[in-house]
Amino acid sequence: MKKRLFAIIAMPVIMIAIMAFCLDTTNKKSRLITAKKDSIASVTAFKQVYTVLTSARCMNCHPSGDVPLQGDDNHLHKMLPQRGKDGRGIYAMKCANCHQPTNTPGLRMPPGNPNWHLPPADMKMVFQGRTPRQLAKQLIDPNQNGHKDTKKLIAHADDGLVLAGWNPGEGRTLPPMSHAAFKKAWLTWLNTGAYAPAK
Amino acid sequence: MITLNINKRTYNIDADPETPLLWVLRDHVGLVGTKFGCGVAQCGACVVHLDGEAVRSCVTKLRRAQGKKVVTIEGLSEKNDHPLQKAWLELDVSQCGYCQAGQIMSAAVLLNENKNPTDQDINYAMAGNICRCGTYLRIREAIHLAAELQGKEISGK
Repeated sequence: MKKRLFAIIAMPVIMIAIMAFCLDTTNKKSRLITAKKDSIASVTAFKQVYTVLTSARCMNCHPSGDVPLQGDDNHLHKMLPQRGKDGRGIYAMKCANCHQPTNTPGLRMPPGNPNWHLPPADMKMVFQGRTPRQLAKQLIDPNQNGHKDTKKLIAHADDGLVLAGWNPGEGRTLPPMSHAAFKKAWLTWLNTGAYAPAK
Repeated sequence: MITLNINKRTYNIDADPETPLLWVLRDHVGLVGTKFGCGVAQCGACVVHLDGEAVRSCVTKLRRAQGKKVVTIEGLSEKNDHPLQKAWLELDVSQCGYCQAGQIMSAAVLLNENKNPTDQDINYAMAGNICRCGTYLRIREAIHLAAELQGKEISGK
């Protein structure tokens, strides 16, 4: 009888202790990634990030449809090249058929990069038309961001195709801030909790 | 010196690696079937195959072609009997003919990847090839015919 009573009292205590331990472990893990959560600093940084991601150099390859965009007015790419399954175009209209490994010299000639592509058809990673809140939440969701965790998101700031936005070729507007300033804002946003703005 | 494989032949090219492939094909090798149209990758007259892809040779530098297989309109078939060439003749597609080498080379990539293309597939594939004579409807019809001919060749009929 005493043993049964002990079991009835002790079991919930043990269960709570185990749960508390698990929660504590989770917190420790998140602390490794997030130095110090600060929703105000995070949202402020994201507003800067948003101006870059929705600038022509970034958004033109993150369209809401299956045709990339061109120009500062984000018009549909002439010739209407299609995204294709892997984001690299289809048939005789693959990105690399015109976009060379480097920028082609001359005013508004095809910009180049060895990895020129759109996001793939099964994860379009759309920037066009997204509100700051929608985009922030999308960017930290591995099911919508190309399966990237925080570490990969941080590394993505120095991705070759991201950097190409600051080397767009003659006659194209640069993103609204330097890559260094963008990276600082990007890291601040992520390291202070990756909070999404209210709207 | 850069070694190129063009239409299954080897060429040693003494030119700046930055030279457009189109210049090399026309001026160094003498293969003038590929045409200069716009020089800015907008018209498709200069399309050749680079490892099977329909690149625009006016903006493709010689260095990119090194170690790869280049095929021009002259090398598309042994006896000018590619299904597309047969279909082009059958339907008398060309008018002035200037863009047609590029059109055929682009269409060849389409048929290589899609044996039975729809009108929409053809529109998507050929949207980067401009024809100032406006032969687009005949081009589309010829691609359908070529797909049929290709199908018969594959099935041995």
